[in-house]
Order: sequence, then C-alpha cells, then structure tokens
Amino acid sequence: MKMMSGAAMVVEALKDVGVTHVFGYPGGAVLDIYDALFAQDSVKHVLVRHEQAAAHMADGYARSTGKTGTVLVTSGPGATNTITGIATAYMDSIPMVVLSGQVPSSLIGEDAFQETDMVGCSRPIVKHSFLVKRAVDIPEAIAKAYYIANSGRPGPVVVDLPKDIVNVQESHPYVFPESVAMRSYNPTEKGHMKQIKKAVASMLKAERPVMYVGGGAVACDASGKVIELAEKLNAPVTCTLMGLGAMPGTHEQFVGMLGMHGTLEANKTMHNSDCIIALGARFDDRVTNNVSKFCPHAEIIHVDIDPASISKTVNAHIPVVGSVDKVLDQILEQLAENDFSGQKEKLSDWWQQITQWRKRECLKFEQGDTVIKPQKVIEALYKHTNGDAYVSSDVGQHQMFAALYYPYKKPRQWINSGGLGTMGFGLPAAMGVQFAHPDAVSVCVTGDGSIQMNIQELATCLQYNLPVKIISLNNRALGMVRQWQDMIYKGRHSHSYMDSMPDFVKLAEAYGHVGIKVDRLDELDAAMEKCFSYTDRLVFMDIAVDQNEHVYPMQVKFGAMDDMRLSKTERT
Amino acid sequence: MKRIISVLMENAPGALSRIVGVFSQRGYNVDSLCVAPTDDPSLSRLTIMTHGDDKVIEQITKQVNKLIDVLKVVDLTDGAHVERELMLIKVATRTDAIRAEVKRTSDIFRGSIIDVNGSNYTIELTGTSDKLDAFASTMAECAEIIESSRTGVCGLARGERALRP
Repeated sequence: MKMMSGAAMVVEALKDVGVTHVFGYPGGAVLDIYDALFAQDSVKHVLVRHEQAAAHMADGYARSTGKTGTVLVTSGPGATNTITGIATAYMDSIPMVVLSGQVPSSLIGEDAFQETDMVGCSRPIVKHSFLVKRAVDIPEAIAKAYYIANSGRPGPVVVDLPKDIVNVQESHPYVFPESVAMRSYNPTEKGHMKQIKKAVASMLKAERPVMYVGGGAVACDASGKVIELAEKLNAPVTCTLMGLGAMPGTHEQFVGMLGMHGTLEANKTMHNSDCIIALGARFDDRVTNNVSKFCPHAEIIHVDIDPASISKTVNAHIPVVGSVDKVLDQILEQLAENDFSGQKEKLSDWWQQITQWRKRECLKFEQGDTVIKPQKVIEALYKHTNGDAYVSSDVGQHQMFAALYYPYKKPRQWINSGGLGTMGFGLPAAMGVQFAHPDAVSVCVTGDGSIQMNIQELATCLQYNLPVKIISLNNRALGMVRQWQDMIYKGRHSHSYMDSMPDFVKLAEAYGHVGIKVDRLDELDAAMEKCFSYTDRLVFMDIAVDQNEHVYPMQVKFGAMDDMRLSKTERT
Repeated sequence: MKRIISVLMENAPGALSRIVGVFSQRGYNVDSLCVAPTDDPSLSRLTIMTHGDDKVIEQITKQVNKLIDVLKVVDLTDGAHVERELMLIKVATRTDAIRAEVKRTSDIFRGSIIDVNGSNYTIELTGTSDKLDAFASTMAECAEIIESSRTGVCGLARGERALRP
C-alpha cells in the first residue's frame, strides 16, 4: 500500500482517473496541492489569469473531447470566481470537476480568512458536491466525482478540500477504488422496450416527421446514429443551438437550427410536423416560443437520459428515458428488417413543402460595397477554415451569426454557452479546445463586449503559446441588447454602447500577439488569409461591422414557433 | 391538491439541504417536512407535504429523484396509505372549569396530558393533520393556547408496498 500526503493523493487520484490537464490558480488553501503538482509532470497544470476562465477552459476542453474538464482553485474568492463557469457547465450538461481548497476543518464556520461555504454556494448549480473530511477519503471522493460528472446526464461536480486534510507533512494509505458503484445513483442508459416500439410505430406512421436534435446527442456521441435514422426515415433534421454538428450542416436533410433565431424552414417544419422525434433536447423556452401554441399537430417522441427533462415544458406523448446513443441503437435494431424503399415517395409532399419554405432564403442579407456585414465575416471564416475549425463563441449577435452561417460538419466542433448565455466564455473555451487539440484550428468568434469580459487570458495564451484565432465582430455596441432596444424600446439605446473602445490591435500586441484591423469589405479576404497564415501565433482580428445589423429570422414573442420576423420589415 | 412525498435518501451531510434546495430554487411549496434516520442508520426517510397540480408534483418527484443522495421517491397520496402527525400543545388552565373542559376535550380526541403545571397543561396528540387542526380549534374555544409544535406529516403506504433500498 502506498503511503502519501493528502495533497499527493489528490494528484495521484487525478492521474488514476486519467486527467491530462488541470486549469487553475494557486492560493493559500491549495498550496500543498500545488506543491504536489510541482513534483510530477504527468498532469499538466495551466495557470490562468482569472478563475472564471479556468472553469470555461475546462469546459471548452470537455465539450471538444467528451472528457471531463478539471479545475483547481483556492478557497474563498478563488472558489466563488468559478461560480459562473460552473453554472455555464451545469446548464449545458458539461462534465467538469472543480477541486476547491477550503480553510482547515477546525476553522470552518468561523468566518476565517478566505472562507466561503463552497458546497453551499454551488449547490443549485452542481450535479453533486463533496466536502472531504478525512485524507483517506480523497481517492474515493475524486473517483466518485469523475464518475458522476461524466455519466448519466453529465454535469459539474465540486470537491471541497479543507487545508488540514491535504497537509504535506502527514502520510496516509492511498487506495484508489476499483469501482464506484453507488446504490443511490444508477442512470438509465437503455430505453424501455415498450416505449421504443411505440416510438418506432409512430415514426413509421408519420407523414410529416422531423427530428429535433439537441446537445444530448452530442454528449453521448450519437451523431452517426442520428444520421443513420434520418436517412432511413428520409426525415428532415433540425438541431438546437447545443446540438449543431450532430447532423452535418451540409447534409441535404438538415433544415438548420430551430428556435428564436432558427431558420424559417426549421421552425415551419417543426410547427407543421405530425411527429417530432426529439433526441436529447429539452424544449427550452428559446426553442418553443409560446408553449400553448407549440406544434399543434405533432405526436411528440421525447428521448432523454434525464426523466426530469421529459414533459417539463411540453408534454411528451411517447417518453423514452435513456441515452440518445443507446436508444437509437434499439430503434435502429427495430428498424433493421423494415423496407424503406417507399419512404421517399411517402414523404415527397412533405419535402416539397419544405423546399417552398427554403425558397424564402431566410438567411440572405444585403452586403453593400464597403461596410462589412457580420454575416459576411462568418461566411469568410467558413471559407478560410474549409469549415473544419473548432469555433467557440461568446454570447450575443455574433453567437447567432456563428451558429447560422457556419455549417458545422461534426459534433463538438461548435462550442458555445447555450443555456446560461455567458459573455466571456468564448476566449477561454477556445483555449481549452486548443489545449485538447494542439494541432487543430481553434477560433473564438466574439464581439467587442464579450471579449472584454475575459480579455486577461491573452496573457495565458502567450505563456502556453496558444495560436487561438480571435474573430471579433466590432460594432461598437452590445449588439443583441441594442437589437432588442431597437425592436421593443423604440431605439432608446440605454447603456448598450461603448464609447471608449480600446485599440484592440495595440492591446493584442501589448500581450505579445498579432493584431489585425479590418474596416472595409475589400480588406476582409486578404486579412483572413493573413490571419490563418500565422499557424503558431495568436491573431486578434478586430473587424468593424455594421452597427445597425439585426439577427434574423427572429420569433415573434408569444407567437407560435413559426411566427417570425424575417427582416426589419418582413414577417411570416 | 395536497400531496405527501416520501423520500429515501443517504443519511449523509448536506443531503437534506439539497432536497430543500430543490424546493426553493424551483419554486415548489413545502407545507411540512419531517426527517429522521430509518431502522438502517445509513438511510434517512424524509416526508414532505406539498401541494400543486399533477404537472408540478411530477416535476417535484423527478427533480428530487435526480439528486445523487436520493435512492427512492414515492408520492404516497397516489395510493392507499397511513399518515400521522404529532402535536404538542400547551394551554392555560386557570380555573377548575377550564381544567375539566381541557381534560374532557383531550380525552375525546384521544390525546394525553404529558405535563401538568399550576397554570397550564401540555397535551400530546397524534393523528392526521385534519384531526390536529380540529383539536387545536376546539381547544381554542375553551382555553387559551400558549404555544404548540407539530412534527409535520409522516406516512407509509398500506399493505405490501414499501420504500426499501
């Protein structure tokens, strides 16, 4: 039996669960753990500049790989700074473990220096949490944390470690558990056969089916099976903001993203469908619009690993609890003997209808001669990266443009804060992606508002030589806020402008990177070319875009799914 | 509609706060709550009386069931069940007439007087919440109620059904 200190146990247990990267920031309560990290090199530590960014980096790492991201921070402010990052991961079901230092057990509850009840603070936004009370319990707590974080519906787990139990002066026996079976936690992976049969019967009967694919299909890497089912049924497929890439954006059966800023054809297809096959999606308010008007003709099949997501907002007619991956296995097995030769003919009316909706070309925009339209930038980005880049985005108009104008070919290629909508997510997420995929092109699409929420990480990028490409759509305003103020508040732009913008080129250069400013349309292509020619440098592209552009299509508030504005003047 | 949700969970630190947290963060009502370890000391049994429509109750049971510390959740009001609540009530007994009436009322309700003082009686009463309400209001008509404390409802399903790990 190995004897070691609590701090060494933390590091040893991280190795045993297969952690490659820890994103963190040292401080008083975790100095012992940092000392243990110093003594080894199999777990790589990344020193961030703000703990929120550490959580987003771990998140980007997790989203792009499917592996659990790891964060290490000190007690008090170190821990509370991760809260936004934890909430972001929680809303999007991202596997993450946050190891937080805590004041010594004897001081807990005494308002000690840098004491915060981290288990309490994080309780509503974690899947689970542990306050470890004895050093010998460290390996089991860490093993359980990783198991819980990345099984069932994934999510963040906090492990709070009081300073006395990680003391480097003491030695304890280290035993890593062989398995972590828990009597109170057994996620259901496979669907109930009776429900599977009902679902299959419903989708075979349907004349106007649609597959509505969410982040759950990405989380369990079910993309291949999604495509297989779609092609068998010849059904149109729409993806949520979180599901983009689960069905290739270039596939002819893909009708685009759905929801508030979804395509007209996606929302029309949903609204007129007689059978919605929801796979790992949660009928979020940004999708359904007014639930009482939601898809009145559809029988709803809802596959989700979390029973609480089923019939939460919209009632499911055929609920199936299970992972999208395992349930699709079961469905495809049921369909193995079926003859689908008549399916094309059967759905020809449906496709004809969809083709009509597509002809409205809801994503068209008018690009003038000089002022760059933000959509144009994303199209140029797609062209210059061959559609192969990992694209992390911040939150706002640029996020919607990046979701709509860059057809993602693969799952995990599109990284964004869908549920929480966290500004400041993009850059650290793109960094986490770059750590996980050192040779890939990792792009951060951002805006002048969002980028300033975690801009300090430019220093981290220099320290680790991360060649992230920042594409900043600079409209000198908080674009999405401004859009709503234009639409709802008669153009009163209350605090949605920024009158003291930094010189982003100089700023990038000050941090040791390359900055490129683009003002005119005729400069865009050459600038993009130059940007991606720097394979080993971070490039910050500060692109001036039209300040008055709005994101369309956009659902009309309180309307049905397909009740949409197509431009400043057109409505459905 | 009134519902009694029964929860079997790990008797672990923080488990109770997680359950209560689900109720507050998702805006569900807690009318009463009663919790203690079971015959197996590694487990706790918690009974929550709540109200809401079917959709809300379904969400409550699902959200509580989702907590890692929770083994099982059942809505007792879904089937036949027994439920009991305990009340301790202290009433002022300043005159012989009041003392006699308090004793009589408490006998009728099958309560027992467990503490006697120069100026007050403390009565213990077990029953359904309705019975406890009725007792308290009857008592209020004949004597001044000084204070009372109730445990909240606990319950079990009738017959073979049981909440076991």
